[in-house]
Amino acid sequence: MDVSALGVVSQLLEVALALLLAPLLSGWVAQCRAWLQNKSGPGLLQPYRALHKLFVKESVVAHHASPLFRAAPYVVFGCTALACAIVPTLSTDLPLAPAADAIALVGLFALARVFVSLAAMDVGTSFGGLGARREMLIGFLAEPALLMVMFSASLISKSTSLTTIVETLAHRDLMIYPSLAFAGVAFTMVSLAENARVPVDNPATHLELTMIHEALILEYSGRHLALIEWAAALKLFAYSCIGIALFFPWGIAQAHAPAAMLLALPALVAKLAAGGAALALLETLSAKMRIFRVPEYLGAAFLLAVIGMLVHILRNA
Amino acid sequence: MSAGSDPSSWLPIDGVLAVVVAWLAIGLAGLPALRRFRVVTTVLFPAGGVAGAVLALIGVAAAFSGPQVAVLPIGLPGLPFHFRLDALSAWFLTVIGAVGAGVSVFASGYFRRGEGTPPGLLCLEYHVFLASMALVVLADDAYAFMVMWETMALSSFLLVTANHRIAEIRRAGYLYLLVAHVGAIGILLCFGVLQANTGDYTFANMRAQSLSPLWASIGFGLAVFGFGAKAGIVPLHVWLPEAHPAAPSPVSALMSAVMLKTAIYGLLRVSFDLLQARLWWWGVVLLGIGLATAIFGVVFAAVQSDMKRLLAYSSIENIGFIVAGIGLALLFSAYGMAALAALALTAAVYHVAAHAFFKSLLFLGTGAVLHATRERSLGRLGGLIRYMPWVAWLSLAGTLASAGLPPFGGFVSEWLLLQSFLFTPGLPSGFLNMLIPVVAALIALVAALAGYTMVKFFGVIFLGQPREEKLAQAHDAGTMERVGMGWLAAGCVALGLAPTVVIRAIDPVTRRLVGAGLGDAVSASGWLLVPVDVERASYGPALFLLGVAASCALAYALVRRLYHGRIRRAPPWDCGFPAQTARMQDTAEGFGQPIRQIFEPFFRMERQLPSPFDARPRYRVVVGDHFWHWLYLPIAAAVERAARLIGLLQRGRIAVYLLYSFVTLVTVLLVVKR
Repeated sequence: MDVSALGVVSQLLEVALALLLAPLLSGWVAQCRAWLQNKSGPGLLQPYRALHKLFVKESVVAHHASPLFRAAPYVVFGCTALACAIVPTLSTDLPLAPAADAIALVGLFALARVFVSLAAMDVGTSFGGLGARREMLIGFLAEPALLMVMFSASLISKSTSLTTIVETLAHRDLMIYPSLAFAGVAFTMVSLAENARVPVDNPATHLELTMIHEALILEYSGRHLALIEWAAALKLFAYSCIGIALFFPWGIAQAHAPAAMLLALPALVAKLAAGGAALALLETLSAKMRIFRVPEYLGAAFLLAVIGMLVHILRNA
Repeated sequence: MSAGSDPSSWLPIDGVLAVVVAWLAIGLAGLPALRRFRVVTTVLFPAGGVAGAVLALIGVAAAFSGPQVAVLPIGLPGLPFHFRLDALSAWFLTVIGAVGAGVSVFASGYFRRGEGTPPGLLCLEYHVFLASMALVVLADDAYAFMVMWETMALSSFLLVTANHRIAEIRRAGYLYLLVAHVGAIGILLCFGVLQANTGDYTFANMRAQSLSPLWASIGFGLAVFGFGAKAGIVPLHVWLPEAHPAAPSPVSALMSAVMLKTAIYGLLRVSFDLLQARLWWWGVVLLGIGLATAIFGVVFAAVQSDMKRLLAYSSIENIGFIVAGIGLALLFSAYGMAALAALALTAAVYHVAAHAFFKSLLFLGTGAVLHATRERSLGRLGGLIRYMPWVAWLSLAGTLASAGLPPFGGFVSEWLLLQSFLFTPGLPSGFLNMLIPVVAALIALVAALAGYTMVKFFGVIFLGQPREEKLAQAHDAGTMERVGMGWLAAGCVALGLAPTVVIRAIDPVTRRLVGAGLGDAVSASGWLLVPVDVERASYGPALFLLGVAASCALAYALVRRLYHGRIRRAPPWDCGFPAQTARMQDTAEGFGQPIRQIFEPFFRMERQLPSPFDARPRYRVVVGDHFWHWLYLPIAAAVERAARLIGLLQRGRIAVYLLYSFVTLVTVLLVVKR
């Protein structure tokens, strides 16, 4: 593993970009949704204003909250930031990428999820436990499905390293893989569930009986809430970038190609904008489902991803 | 055959035997101090712990030296005990020693006066148990193996029934003893097959035999049955969730973490070392059994509401994971894919150590909770992180490792196993190729469910508000208990952060068993875990942890610098609901409810729902195991019926018995005459 100066630059650039752009992506999705629903919308910069407001406010913590409760937002934020650092968005020349491959990336999301669920149980309110239970339910169904999606791409590139997957798909063999079509549908379904989106959860509601993500973070306020909200935006950003890396990798610069980075940035922004608009459309067109239907929904995603792998093996057999 | 040419030189096997003798001596020293509680707890148990640590060191040293043998002239005349220390034994000895050390130190602070068996006797049983486990993995002939195996079963039975005044515990112990002996018969028959009518029961002779595929398969099947009964594979698992929770917590820890691994050792020894033939379908069978066990274990663990039963089911799951890894290695090995077999086997052997550390840690944690609160039921616990911070935070390390999360030990083995699925370059059979992704998917599902279970375990015990008032009086664990748990937690972290170092120690094991190892690949890559090459897959736990920690620290520092660190304490918000009590928290049953619903066919459930008009509504659900009703109760009924039929002969009158003799005599005479 040789670390080049260029690699460090692209790594830092990527993390900075993720941290800065993630709230914008959330704002863009909310804005698109508002437009589609004939509303005027809060504006693209609303997430930044909300984060700033939360950071300025003091944190209110329950009397009996343990240190775990206060540490969890930082852990969640750290995990999600690292996830953004290892998904190739601009360039595949990333010094941090060997630290975690696709499997470890899924593990990273799981670590964040476990911490936020434990923190939700810490105060001991009825909603916290409910949210933790539901979040873990979605997690244990979505995690294997996500892993299977990653494996579909891994089988093609014979590697679980995300940078190698991108390089293979974008630059080496240009062809159409039917297995990726299945994986793509599964990935879309999983990302909707993982990012607390309609039809699994609604980020804009506080309806007590149906909320999942909001129930988890009900006890948080001030800077803790800001970090968690920021981490949620980062997670959406990371998932979008994983989708781009697996299914639309064209434009991501290869290692040792600094000039291509200049092209990579507009390509990334355009792809994210299109993806965000598609997400808003998807959310507008679908209705939230009952929580007991979620296992069927995610089970279908899981099966689709496994079928994708089988299709790949059948074609090569 | 001894590795050292100079007979006077010191060999690791001598060290191992010395530790075993030391354990036996410590145990015997408990007898004169039968009721002298302080001597046993402050001297004998810590001494046993030190001996365990020494054994772990010797095991590490022995992993890299060649096989050594020793013949002890004990046992029957002309039938001495053969012992042999090779890389496989060394690895398991290291695990036994390292985990045994932590558990012994914990035990010295754990046992209390006036509980069941007198402390001195408990000390003897405990150390005999440890010594017999060490000798099981050292044995080099069937005779020594079986003697040690039975000693292990008996001593652990006595430990399980330490609180023998409770009927439930006696019942659990009896069940355990029964299954252990049924399994032992399987192992005995397996050795009988392996020696191929030569009458020589040394393992060296068994290695030299080349059995026909039929006999080899029979031997393999008997080994799977026999060792499977001890390991708790489905459907031979029923004793495990009864016996492990019944034992005192240090004993539960040893049984779950180490004793189950001796069965894994036996399976590895027979199928990779003693049997020369390797058929591909053996691998498929083990893979299927392993997966069934893992799924069964984790699904049942998720719905338990007794904390020790939950951990016992989780042990079943982990054993399934290990068996699946062994099956995959066997499959690859049968097709001559040594590198892949080494990858899968490394995953399985790694998990042996990872599970040993985190499961013993968690069991010790439940022990501390049990002592502080006298409660085992998750429904009466909660909020203990505030009263028992040491136990809670150390248990958190075990919880995260058990959930298979990076950067802890459990994740490394999971990662390696998934890699071995992905690297499959194409097995010769199309059917098997289709099987591989499905199996990988199920492994991923099991790992994710383990996370669910562990969040339930930790969250319900340690987080939230105390569900009973007396919990506020709970006291934290004592110094020795903290040291023991800390040692095991450090092991969990070390296994997670330094996989390259550990894999270099596993390398001789896989080289010995499947003829290839990952040692060269990982030592070339430094701290990064790279099974083949960095283009294909890599995982750097240290870098990973550094990344997460650096982001956390940076976020913390920046928030303080740019904004502020003010905090205000207030009552919990809970959507503005003012009248909340601890009873309104999610319960263990509630946490298991989604699992009960999704995996309903797995359970045999009896529900009692209250009617809307009940003044005191009670909701009751009992989750049972189908195997009891499908397999065990029919067998028990059949045995009883057979006994009753035979009982018809017993009339209790001498005339009837004389008639029997007469009829028999006449029949025999008739036959002889013809």
